[in-house]
Amino acid sequence: MTTPANEPKDLQDMTGTEAAADAKRGPSIATRERRQGSINPSGETPYLEVENLTVKFPTADGLVSAVNGLSYSVPLGRTLAIVGESGSGKSVSSMAVMGLHDRKRTQITGSIRLGGDEVVGLPENELMKIRGDAVSMVFQDPQSSLHPLYTVGNQIAEAYLVHHKVSKDVARKRALEMLDLVGIPNPQRRFKQYPHEFSGGMRQRAMIAMGLVNDPKLVIADEPTTALDVTVQAQILDLLNNLQKEFGSAIVLITHDLGVVAEMADDVLVMYAGRCVEYGTAEDVLARPRMPYTWGLLESIPTVSAANERLRPIKGLPPSLLNLPTGCSFNPRCPYKDRVKGERCTTDLPELLPVDGAGAHTSRCHLHDKASIYEAEVAPRLG
Amino acid sequence: MSMTTPVQDNVPANGSVTPLLQVRDLKMHFPIKEVAGLGRARKVVQAVDGVSFDLKPGASLGLVGESGCGKSTTGRMITRLLTPTAGQILFKGTDIARLKEKDLRPFRRQLQIVFQDPYSSLNPRQTVSNIISTPLRVHNLVKKGKELDRVQELLERVGLNPEHHNRYPNEFSGGQRQRIGIARALAVEPEVIIADEPVSALDVSIQAQVMNLMEDLRRDLGIAFVFIAHDLGVVRHFCDEVAVMYLGKIVEQGPREQIYGAPQHPYTQALLSAAPDLGTIRGVPPKERIRLVGDVPSPIDPPSGCRFRTRCWKSEDICATQEPLLEIKPRSGSGHTAACHFAEPKVDLIAETA
Amino acid sequence: MLYFVARRLVSALSVVLVTLIVTFALFFVAPTDPAASICGDRNCTTERYNEIKENLHLDRPKVQQFAEYTVGIFAGRTFETSGVKQECNAPCLGFSFKNDRPVTDMLKDRLPVTVSLVAGYAVMVLTIGVFVGSMAAKRRGTLGDRALMSSTLILSSVPYYIVALMISLYLTILYPILPRGGYTPLTDNPGAWFAGLLTPWLVLGIYNCTQYARYSRGSMVETLSEDYIRTARAKGLSDRVVTYKHALRSGMIPVITIFGLDIAGSLAGAIFTERIFDLPGLGNLVLESLNNYDLPVIMGTVLVASIILVAMNFLVDVAYSLIDPRVRLS
Repeated sequence: MTTPANEPKDLQDMTGTEAAADAKRGPSIATRERRQGSINPSGETPYLEVENLTVKFPTADGLVSAVNGLSYSVPLGRTLAIVGESGSGKSVSSMAVMGLHDRKRTQITGSIRLGGDEVVGLPENELMKIRGDAVSMVFQDPQSSLHPLYTVGNQIAEAYLVHHKVSKDVARKRALEMLDLVGIPNPQRRFKQYPHEFSGGMRQRAMIAMGLVNDPKLVIADEPTTALDVTVQAQILDLLNNLQKEFGSAIVLITHDLGVVAEMADDVLVMYAGRCVEYGTAEDVLARPRMPYTWGLLESIPTVSAANERLRPIKGLPPSLLNLPTGCSFNPRCPYKDRVKGERCTTDLPELLPVDGAGAHTSRCHLHDKASIYEAEVAPRLG
Repeated sequence: MSMTTPVQDNVPANGSVTPLLQVRDLKMHFPIKEVAGLGRARKVVQAVDGVSFDLKPGASLGLVGESGCGKSTTGRMITRLLTPTAGQILFKGTDIARLKEKDLRPFRRQLQIVFQDPYSSLNPRQTVSNIISTPLRVHNLVKKGKELDRVQELLERVGLNPEHHNRYPNEFSGGQRQRIGIARALAVEPEVIIADEPVSALDVSIQAQVMNLMEDLRRDLGIAFVFIAHDLGVVRHFCDEVAVMYLGKIVEQGPREQIYGAPQHPYTQALLSAAPDLGTIRGVPPKERIRLVGDVPSPIDPPSGCRFRTRCWKSEDICATQEPLLEIKPRSGSGHTAACHFAEPKVDLIAETA
Repeated sequence: MLYFVARRLVSALSVVLVTLIVTFALFFVAPTDPAASICGDRNCTTERYNEIKENLHLDRPKVQQFAEYTVGIFAGRTFETSGVKQECNAPCLGFSFKNDRPVTDMLKDRLPVTVSLVAGYAVMVLTIGVFVGSMAAKRRGTLGDRALMSSTLILSSVPYYIVALMISLYLTILYPILPRGGYTPLTDNPGAWFAGLLTPWLVLGIYNCTQYARYSRGSMVETLSEDYIRTARAKGLSDRVVTYKHALRSGMIPVITIFGLDIAGSLAGAIFTERIFDLPGLGNLVLESLNNYDLPVIMGTVLVASIILVAMNFLVDVAYSLIDPRVRLS
């Protein structure tokens, strides 16, 4: 069950040699997923390690691979943002980390380790002990994610009581402390109020209080500010940043908003059609992206600072997971596939390789001169 | 709330073009009943409280603000899905604010609305062809037998496959549905389209496609847009003129460059500063960060004087007693108005990468 | 909260008052002549008819009659027939000349029977029905869920009186596995009380449990897919706590509405059950008095039934507000 603590280091070595070997061998259809993704771009010892995670579930039209061979890792005190559009598998993969997927229907393979301990395959009663304690979650819509019929205070206290054998009074004190910590004024009064008596921003603060009440090692925040107004979103992002400094948790931030990523993330993982297509530090991925899909995302965003140039959307639609294109999943929408010799984009699935031959910034693309294409063509358009 | 903003004087007399749509002191007060002891108290939600603006042919005005600021209610009043409590909506000189349904019909054709949620705003039991051709029939815009041709023409115009006219909305993705919604609005050849958060339910890459489509329509067909959105980036991209709303009132209005480059009202400044921006990583990070405290007050019992004063760092006594007028400030550019006693342009709020 | 209860109480009382007026109007202003019906068809002389009218104050203005009736409810009144004075103590709901007893006394005899029947029934549907429904919801899509739900569908598609008659015939008479229905007051002999009511409880309970199970299942399936249920699971709560604490509380809100009306309806007379199992409850009383054209009894029963209905609605409202804090505001 447990993995030796020194494995990350071994992995790193292996990755280097494998990558070199791969470069010589030339590209192949990647049936065997590689382990390099679990290296953290920062090089620190990770708390959460996800390795070659695949999540499949049956639908009326057949078995769907919502997540395919995903690997990443997050050390304590660091924030990884998983970016992608709807259906890219970003939420599904984090639900698997929490063991919150439908266990009867979903098939999970690969490995998810928390502090070295394997989570995949754990029975429900073991998972329950982790959920909300070592790993907690902050959801998108605080309006619907809080139970409307229980007081906010009780819901937070309950989260503490599940994992601590203490009296209700101790749990109450802890909940009050947390309400205060997340910046809810007048905690004594707020404790007794119901969610509908809270504003949107206050509700999300309460959700965060609930998520942090057990001092978790890992917080998964699934679109935590999407349902909030801009000024409130800024407050909540600041709060999350400050609390992370105080609690030192690892954060996995799931979002579609690259602006939020820029404000919050240390590392970024871009997902497309169930696969990781680019992974690296936030600066690498946002300032030196090396994958046409990431370029497309960056070029589609109308920002407050951009002039009124025409947006350059990615053409077409994301593929159906039931019917993925052969080769690179992004190839039908990719404006650069003609620059790759032969038909490789439509026949071979590119592997996730270091963009400059080595290092922690990886992308999944056959293009050879990614760096020069970006600098010469994409970057000028981004301004 | 009897204080009326004398906007008419402030609207720049831009000589040659007469406005297509003039909104004057528009108000929407929803009566509600609230529990008070044993009985119920009648109260009023001041969803929109005195909004005025002009829209020239082919122009695009952005209404920005956070939830509850009244921007959507304003859009619904202009298209007369709601009847305003007070104020005027002059379309080509005719006040349509109080017109009866029968007299309103010719104007309905001119003023179309596109809704936010492409999933709930299309009838799932009707084919696309039906959805688009119904307004054509209602307004007698096409000869019998020619309907399908027109529908296919419209589908092509919004970038959908004309062969798909017989499909049902659930066979389309969110972005495609929004295109159908736009095609429906286009069918009656409107002069104004009110777009109520048209892209906020869409994924980033699809959002850009729909934005570009609307821009094409504006350019090619000369349709004027009132663009309602909470996303400042989207508004900056699409609109020549921007009005920032807070708690039912316009607090600042002006040409895009002025609003984004030198905002005067503290609320506009806070909004811009709060918008997460890629510039922080790629370019120069903004020099100053403004963080508002607390939440928007209830529109049932808005603060006296300036409605923003409860969250404003510049607030002084005068703000509670005297409501600031939306007027041109000493240091503002032409056509740039702000409703603040202490208005002052602030630059450097956004990372200028361009 | 107190204000909420007070407000609901005021509106409940006003509904009762309206019912009182309407019932009075229906029976005493109606074209049928109460005096004639009391007098009977045979040996009714004009003299006797007029005497009845006078004694019952039927010759007085309707408004005065109504006032007397209403006052009688609170203060009691005295009726005089054929020179005999009949005391009708408060709460006086009229006097049955057919049975020579005050209506209130007759209702007092019958009400405990119906209340006993309904109380047992309520316990059954609320425990078994809701539990089965919640279990099915928790295991939705499984074989057990489908088997449970299709069997409840089959059972509930057979008309109730057929189920009741069959069980009564086969299980208590032909093959006496279950005790025969009957009523012994609880205070006289608890054992006999229980035995006599067991079969009616089971029949009424099991039949209606199917509907409660289906209803609770639907409501619970919806609740279990709510975001806050996911939050509860994410806290590390066990499936049991999530289902029976977090989900059940919300899931019960729609069930309570049905339950309140159902119980009120049953209290006003579970006519089939009382008839088939020979229980002298309110339902049987209504049937008897309808046959006898015993207007005061019918009117009294209708009034009591409507008060029960209003009271149950009031209780449902209070239960709502206890469960859902948002109700207290609206």
